[in-house]
Amino acid sequence: MMTALLGRLGWDALPLRQPIPLAAAAVVALVIVGALSLVTVKGWWPYLWREWITSVDHKRVGVMYVLLALVMLLRGFVDALMMRSQLALAAAGAQGYLPPEHYNQIFSAHGTIMIFFVAMTFMVGLMNFVVPLQIGARDVAFPVLNSVSFWLTAAGVLLMNLSLVVGEFARTGWLVYPPLSELAYSPGVGVDYYLWALQISGVGTLLSGINLTTTILKLRAPGMGYGRMPMFCWTALASNLLIIAAFPILTGTLGMLLLDRYLGFHFFTNELGGNAMMYVNLIWAWGHPEVYILILPAFGVFSEVITTFSGKPLFGYRSMAAATMAICMLSFMVWLHHFFTMGAGADVNGFFGVMTMIIAVPTGVKIFNWLFTMYGGTLRFTAAMHWALGFIVTFVIGGMTGVLLAIPPADFVLHNSLFLVAHFHNVVIGGVVFGAFAGYTLWFPKAFGFTLDERLGKAAFWCWFVGFYLAFMPLYLLGLMGATRRMQHYADPGWQPLMVVALCGALVILAGIVLTVVQLVVSVRTRDERRDTNGDPWNGRTLEWSTASPPPAWNFSTLPQVAALDAFWRTKYGAPPDTDESADGSGSDPLPAPDTASPLSVPRPSAVGVVIAFFAVIAGFALVWHIAWLALLGLGGVVVTGLAHAWRTENEIEVHELYLNTPGISA
Amino acid sequence: MSTSIWPSGVLDPQGPVAAAERTILLNATVIMLAVVVPVIVCTGLFAWWFRSGNRRARRRPEWSYSGALEVLVWSVPLLVIIFLGGIAWLSSHELDPRKPLAGKAPAIKVQVVSLDWRWLFIYPELGIASVDRLVAPAGSSLQFALTSASVMNSFLVPQLGSQIYTMAGMVTTLHLRVDRPGRYPGLSAQFSGAGFSDMRFEVTALAQGDYQAWVSNVRAHGETLDATRYRQLAQPTSGAAPMSFGHVDTGLFDAIVAGNGTLTVAGAGAPSASAMARR
Repeated sequence: MMTALLGRLGWDALPLRQPIPLAAAAVVALVIVGALSLVTVKGWWPYLWREWITSVDHKRVGVMYVLLALVMLLRGFVDALMMRSQLALAAAGAQGYLPPEHYNQIFSAHGTIMIFFVAMTFMVGLMNFVVPLQIGARDVAFPVLNSVSFWLTAAGVLLMNLSLVVGEFARTGWLVYPPLSELAYSPGVGVDYYLWALQISGVGTLLSGINLTTTILKLRAPGMGYGRMPMFCWTALASNLLIIAAFPILTGTLGMLLLDRYLGFHFFTNELGGNAMMYVNLIWAWGHPEVYILILPAFGVFSEVITTFSGKPLFGYRSMAAATMAICMLSFMVWLHHFFTMGAGADVNGFFGVMTMIIAVPTGVKIFNWLFTMYGGTLRFTAAMHWALGFIVTFVIGGMTGVLLAIPPADFVLHNSLFLVAHFHNVVIGGVVFGAFAGYTLWFPKAFGFTLDERLGKAAFWCWFVGFYLAFMPLYLLGLMGATRRMQHYADPGWQPLMVVALCGALVILAGIVLTVVQLVVSVRTRDERRDTNGDPWNGRTLEWSTASPPPAWNFSTLPQVAALDAFWRTKYGAPPDTDESADGSGSDPLPAPDTASPLSVPRPSAVGVVIAFFAVIAGFALVWHIAWLALLGLGGVVVTGLAHAWRTENEIEVHELYLNTPGISA
Repeated sequence: MSTSIWPSGVLDPQGPVAAAERTILLNATVIMLAVVVPVIVCTGLFAWWFRSGNRRARRRPEWSYSGALEVLVWSVPLLVIIFLGGIAWLSSHELDPRKPLAGKAPAIKVQVVSLDWRWLFIYPELGIASVDRLVAPAGSSLQFALTSASVMNSFLVPQLGSQIYTMAGMVTTLHLRVDRPGRYPGLSAQFSGAGFSDMRFEVTALAQGDYQAWVSNVRAHGETLDATRYRQLAQPTSGAAPMSFGHVDTGLFDAIVAGNGTLTVAGAGAPSASAMARR
């Protein structure tokens, strides 16, 4: 009876006997209860429900994505600090303070959170916020679907974090390689939490990819041909095409592992014809494109930042677009470099090694073009520009070690070592995280109507920059010395000094994260000193700066007419002297002033996203614990909510009605 | 385990494979630094020179295309990659783990089984086995056949070079050589569960005479590794002391592979008797 009611859930799911997880769970629970109580006491629920939770406005959804990513950055970084401090202690026979069963969950959770719920979520948030504004559209193609995508991501986040309190997380590494992740070797619920959290959020990501691709292909402002599209939109297009192509592979692969674990299938087991290497191939057929899904939008951000703060058009625009699409295509042809050490043979390894290196060509082109964009410009060293310059310097080093790892015999000695760990943090922190913060700094005033404190922003940058080198250069050396990843302790006392340096680096990065939080608080409190009154705080080049900050719900009262690349810049300063755009004369027309009186329609807020996500969490939790009735309830709830939405009669609100009750957060 | 002094690990090769791999690593790094260093220097120079306060800088606010530079920005990375791609292709073949190493003496065969969380080394030509310690004569080539009795692991001795996965039901091949007598740390480089951090072994390279003495000693004193003993050994264990077996059936490894990591094949139940009968 209890099994039918509660499945495998019991009191032993709570970490009552493990002090560290118990304390962590208690702190998280307290913070959540505290936040919810504050919202209740202050009576903010109606506002939050109306303006944010049920909002289908791409700007609000984008802001919520970024907020979610920042919160998860804190969670993922706590994991990082625990790992670094454990390894600073656990040398030469010492066991440190984290036993393997806990440590192994921590590195698995760190990777999962940082890739899926920080990097991915942050980039999707930036694309959501910026793309419609840059192409002069009023919203994304499917606004309600956009809200569903966000809430499914949030559902994945919630389910994954539930594992901290109820049960356990995977102890297998962030890609849950079988056979270790099969029932025979991981009988607990950890892998199931991982699988259901990623299945749910993965559907959200796929829907978001379809949405943004459609938006870019179909909703560009009149006159914006592909050759006039801002570079960030090109990279967003490439990234979302990759999402559409790659995420179904992830869903299929994790689905097969679920069938193995739940229904006794043998896709990846050691027995009955199963083969774990099929999983490894499939997961990297998604996983390598995923790397470019993250880095391409960051490249786009840097293109926007460097052109804006150099006061120059992007050098070699067509080369940049071509390089972006080349990377997009090539990223699907290199997956095998993640397991050269499988023993595939010289021809296969040689082919994938060469293909991997070829990606360095378009990437190198991008670096050179950013350099020539700065050449002859008038550089303003804003915080965003700091992130961009720090990126170029750091990323070329990460690219270099990446090409080293692409040489199969070099990989034979460095695969899975701390050298590899240093390499991918080099490109993910130096590329994606720096890009995320550059974009955050650049577009914050567009979202909220005031700029972030520049001095604190630069201080945060320097902490991240210095902290990164302190934390990861020692790992390159340790990898060369023969240290492998995912060790909970190690025998060689000679490694300890470098491990301590790496911990210091992590603490400097911590200072950078604290400064980011301080910057946000200080900036909100002193926002009146840095109001963005004309919508164009940086002397920007693209259309998002042509509308107010924050923009109205409908973005543009009159759709912009685009006559050239850098459309807003040309509107302000006229067409360049020696291009054909100057001939048609339209480039110098000022954009029409916002006209709030005309009857526009915007989509009605919809609770369908949050309700579907609510049922998805229930279904996921029930499936993790094998509670059949609850799983059926959750899945039924998802379907019924979707059907109910299909029978809706009213879609849109006319703007004059909505305009009256649109309090911006800056108001 | 040796206390490390720089250089160590990959940068302190003790065999031809590791030495060749270090050379590739260093060469490729130097080639790339020829581009990476100028890029970093130019980033700093351009940013500093074109700072908004510099009155001497010549501004070109509309300059965004140059055919000649366009050719340059594509061809510089392309040439570097053609060069490095050549290195990658040739070295993939030169250092293919399956390729036997040059040398007159035939390679010594070693069968490797990764257990939870120990390493079993079977010497099929000698009918002996060693756990968590790979003893080898210095100067002789070693031919490894590797599989796993449970999850995936990766066999790696950083100072000897190439690592390779061990996978249940599959056999990978690897050739290595250790040049000088000494003790070199080995490990699993693929996370394999709770006991992973202690899944280390030692390569003990001995001079020819010492090696023969070790073999005789193991034969004389080591216990027998039969199916029952193997099943015991395959139970999850970590941090146990190395051990050796004086008698092992040559069919044991194949039975482990055929059984996808477990022993299910009939006949594997009495390996020691047949092994002794053959000698």
